Amino acid sequence: MTLNTQPNLARPDDFYEALIDMHRDFDDAQSQSANAQLILLLANHIGDHATLLEAMQHARAGAAQAGGKQQGAAASFDA
Amino acid sequence: MQSVHSVEMDGDKMGINYQTLSFEYQPCREQQGGTQATAYPVIVVGAGPVGLATAIDVAQQGVPVVLVDDDCSLSTGSRAICFSKRSLDIFDRLGCGQRMVDKGISWNVGKVFLKDELVYTFNLLPESGHNRPAFINLQQYYVEGYLLERARELPNLEIRWKSKVVGIRQDGTLGDDDANVTLTVETPDGQYPLCGRYVVAADGSRSPIRNLMGLDTHGRTFKDRFLIADVKMEAEFPTERWFWFDPPFHPNQSVLLHRQPDNVWRIDFQLGWDADPALEKTPERVIPRVRALLGPEAKFELEWVSVYTFSCLRMDRFRHGNVLFAGDSAHGVSPFGARGANSGVQDAENLAWKLAMVLSGRASDALLDTYASERESAADENIRHSTRSTDFITPKSAVSRVFRDAVLKLARDHAFARQLVNSGRLSVPAVLRDSALNTADSERFAGQMVPGAACCDAPVRLGGQPAWLLQQLGQQFTGMLFCGAGGIDEATCDALQALRRGAIPLKLVVLVSADAAEGVSALDVALSGATVLHDTEGLAKTRYDATPGAFYLIRPDQHVCARWRRLDAGRVEQALKRALCVGGTA
Repeated sequence: MTLNTQPNLARPDDFYEALIDMHRDFDDAQSQSANAQLILLLANHIGDHATLLEAMQHARAGAAQAGGKQQGAAASFDA
Repeated sequence: MQSVHSVEMDGDKMGINYQTLSFEYQPCREQQGGTQATAYPVIVVGAGPVGLATAIDVAQQGVPVVLVDDDCSLSTGSRAICFSKRSLDIFDRLGCGQRMVDKGISWNVGKVFLKDELVYTFNLLPESGHNRPAFINLQQYYVEGYLLERARELPNLEIRWKSKVVGIRQDGTLGDDDANVTLTVETPDGQYPLCGRYVVAADGSRSPIRNLMGLDTHGRTFKDRFLIADVKMEAEFPTERWFWFDPPFHPNQSVLLHRQPDNVWRIDFQLGWDADPALEKTPERVIPRVRALLGPEAKFELEWVSVYTFSCLRMDRFRHGNVLFAGDSAHGVSPFGARGANSGVQDAENLAWKLAMVLSGRASDALLDTYASERESAADENIRHSTRSTDFITPKSAVSRVFRDAVLKLARDHAFARQLVNSGRLSVPAVLRDSALNTADSERFAGQMVPGAACCDAPVRLGGQPAWLLQQLGQQFTGMLFCGAGGIDEATCDALQALRRGAIPLKLVVLVSADAAEGVSALDVALSGATVLHDTEGLAKTRYDATPGAFYLIRPDQHVCARWRRLDAGRVEQALKRALCVGGTA
């Protein structure tokens, strides 16, 4: 496990506010572009391939889980 | 057109139009009453760059070869135009590299633009000390024409035009001497059977032989269309590969510009999947696109126009019995990266020496299995690069497009993003790292020349004259000994003599280091039969991480097979056996 998922942010609330603020007055396309550029900048800073893969696995699993829950909810509704 | 041979010597000066050459069909001896007594050792099907290179290489190995082609002319249109350094090194060994380079446009630099802004420049050969450039651009019909003229110089290479393979049958036991292939060949005079020990199917992406054998390819087809416009004009663009993402003259798509000989420029326009291929080929559609790039005043003529789609795919196995698939019949890639014809030429050189070794009884038939395994993994590498380039140029989803555009935006200001810009990763020879023919290093070596790598060039002196290292390597197994200031000791001399007398004749090359010029001048006499080269600039030593006494065993296709810090004839013999798939080294 090379990805640090323990608290590591120097100023967590300030970071979160800045992250949301990065998107201020943007439409969806601009926000998408900003997010993509941010990911690429951070990925280069991290550099280590295994760490990046691990982060991507977490992100994908999280998104897939969210989709799965929705499907599950829909199924139970049908029943 | 019987007279081709007599005019070819000054082909370029006399302005031979290789596109319109036509070659005469002649009935062969099998059709003239006589039946074929024995099987030909090798039959090559398809006289494109890969088939011609294979036939020449096999013939140069001293093996008689018959080359059949269903047509009677060379490539229509410029088609494959980028020939890599490795292909040129191979063409050098085949005896026609210099003509290609003389006629071709040499280039090393590529530029990538976003809109009208330069975002990235790459140099594919940033170091000096190589005979050949990273690439030349040369129309495929010249490459085929020069190869054909070389082929015609070889008395044991017979070419049969208008000879279409319409049937195929394999007999005998695989791996035994009685295994053979019988082709049914259709000619203007009807059909005849043509029997060979081995058949090389270099018959193109639609491979009739693959179809006759009921075989398939697997992979991905990309939903995009591209327009090739070859235009003839006087232009001032530098001799570089220029690639635009989303240029103002062709918004939202990509464009590639390349210079070819004869003032012909290749312009490649991405059109999108919805484009109508028939309509987009018409001058009414093409000329405005070209004018948008060149400006309203530009004077040009259309030389060749084509609309194409592409797939990245390959056959699961390149060997089926005694039929071996090479080039586009075996694998296909997108054009970005110039990995089609160049990988096919590498197939040819990988296969030719193995056929010769097996046919002469020096190697077991299993050596041909390594043609398949080595070139299958090379194809995977080419397909991987080509697919990645295509995914960058033609993003498949909204999010893929977002990341692509983000990379391009970042690339303007940030160096890290430039390495992600992928307008094609241009062909370099596959490193056959996992080949069963390699002997693993038992000592530590630094650098690129690992077992399985294609040998790197270096400037040397031969008999006081400037020469190139690669010109001295390959064609047969080569032993390359590095000799330092101390000369060569007696044990090493004895080992060299033992190798010269071995079952597999070894060509010996001695590379004398720059600091040893005086002390070892008598080497030529002491080592009769060895080629003595002087590493005057020390580049060979650096590129091969050589210490005095280091020894490289090099395959006939100029790939490193094994290497040691000290020569030991016994270990070389073992490595040779391994490289030929014979006895006791499994």
